[in-house]
Amino acid sequence: MNIDKDLVAAMATPLVLAILVEDTSYGYAILRRVRELSAGDVEWTDGMLYPLLHRLERLGYIGAEWGVSPEGRRRRYYEITETGRAQLLEQRMQWATANRTLGGLWGQTASPAGS
Amino acid sequence: MTADLVESRIGDWRAAVLRGGAVADSDADELEGHLREQIADLEAVGLAGDEAFLVAVKRLGEVHQITAEFAREHGDRLWKQLAMPHPDHGRLRPILTMLAFAAFTAVLIQVARMLTAIPGASEAWLVRDVSLFVLPVLAAYFAVVRRMPWRRALVLVAVVGALALAVNLFPFADGASTNVLVAIHLPVALWFVVGAAYVGGDIRASARRMDFIRFTGEWAIYYTLIALGGGVLLGLTIAVLTPIAPGSVQEVLTWVLPSGAAGAVVVAAWLVEAKKSVVENLAPVLTAIFTPLFAVMLLGSAVVYGIVGIGQEFDRDLLFVFDVLLLVVVGLVVYGISARGSARGAGAMDAVRLVAVVAAIALDVLVLASMFERVGEFGFTANRVAALGLNLVLLVNLTVTAWLTVSLLTGRGQAVRVERWQTGYLPVFAAWIAFVVLGLPPTFGFA
Repeated sequence: MNIDKDLVAAMATPLVLAILVEDTSYGYAILRRVRELSAGDVEWTDGMLYPLLHRLERLGYIGAEWGVSPEGRRRRYYEITETGRAQLLEQRMQWATANRTLGGLWGQTASPAGS
Repeated sequence: MTADLVESRIGDWRAAVLRGGAVADSDADELEGHLREQIADLEAVGLAGDEAFLVAVKRLGEVHQITAEFAREHGDRLWKQLAMPHPDHGRLRPILTMLAFAAFTAVLIQVARMLTAIPGASEAWLVRDVSLFVLPVLAAYFAVVRRMPWRRALVLVAVVGALALAVNLFPFADGASTNVLVAIHLPVALWFVVGAAYVGGDIRASARRMDFIRFTGEWAIYYTLIALGGGVLLGLTIAVLTPIAPGSVQEVLTWVLPSGAAGAVVVAAWLVEAKKSVVENLAPVLTAIFTPLFAVMLLGSAVVYGIVGIGQEFDRDLLFVFDVLLLVVVGLVVYGISARGSARGAGAMDAVRLVAVVAAIALDVLVLASMFERVGEFGFTANRVAALGLNLVLLVNLTVTAWLTVSLLTGRGQAVRVERWQTGYLPVFAAWIAFVVLGLPPTFGFA
């Protein structure tokens, strides 16, 4: 099942921040992790990640630094900042609220296909 | 073989991403790194190089979507910034050099102004010679920046020296019209010296001449903008000073205005050079707007003149008006072709340009015919020779331009020939200007 575009867009910031909380990473690896986590359900146009990363950097949520990949290629590594962590916590609470609200209606275990 | 193909594909893709300016070079590095990693992963699972490339590009998304997204995040990049050299990396020197030359001409102009205060000197002298205190400094600036060889620089010094000596040693009669003609033509003659310095003395190369033509247009625009800003600054200064120190207003005008105007000549030149690669050129844009408008105006005027005929009160002032008109048309042609890719074929703009040129020629021929009809009545004066000569110089230029444009439109010629013609014609302009400055006054007895 593919997730609606708008929902993906809304998820993007917390998703990237949450992945970077795990460890410093770079664009390609972040996307690979997204695929892994969603089992391919979250479809993301790869190129769109980079403007998002730049926006998060501008907002001070993440820091970026040029490094070198093991194969010797130039690579930009991203690292979450303290502001980013606080932002992630804030977003996490919002998502929890959204989850709880919808969960109260649908029942935590109900599957959309019905019984 | 396949690897080469993929490399060239990646190169094309990168160029497409960079186009438009929203994606910076380092961003392209990042995206390219992503693309390469994706390709490597896909190849690892068995795809051929070109297949892997196609899939990887597809996953990255449409180039225009990526660039649009970058543009949203980095909107400032689309407003191409003036490439102000950063003070670090030891790049402060170009600015300091420029400021030194600007300050130098600003001081020179004050020295010149004070010289007019000496008994026996006149204001008219400064009006005629003012360009000698400004444009040689600009030429020197370019000679220094371009690291012009000494021998070439000395030639320019000799030319400026000869011009300065000649116009100052000429025994002009009081209120001589040749003196006025020299005052008008001397700055243009010196501008050609600036041109020689601008191209680093490499005055034969057509491409370098074209650069100088482009520079001239951009410089004029920058100078106008600086003059507007300076006008506002000066106006506000006077407005602020008037209530508290009305006496100082005159001081401000005599000190700030001439020095500012002189210094701005160098600053504008530096600006053109500093932003050359960053901002689209403005002169061709203005040309594109005004060429059709002038074409309509010229066509209308030609028709009206053709029907009504030249009025009785035709005089030499009218010929000057037509000189200016032809000059504008030459400008439209030159800046029009300066912006067109010479490899491109003929377009609608060439047709519009042709209409403007042909209409201008028709108009001018009408005026000239009427002029020659009554040449006995007029007789030859210095003013008339200057106006008529410039007119002929421009007319020849435009006639050949029209001919070359026709052959371009009919597919028999290339655009580059129009360009060559214009750059090749510059010495003719220079020679005529030199003749008016140096040859005309003695011919007419300095009257």
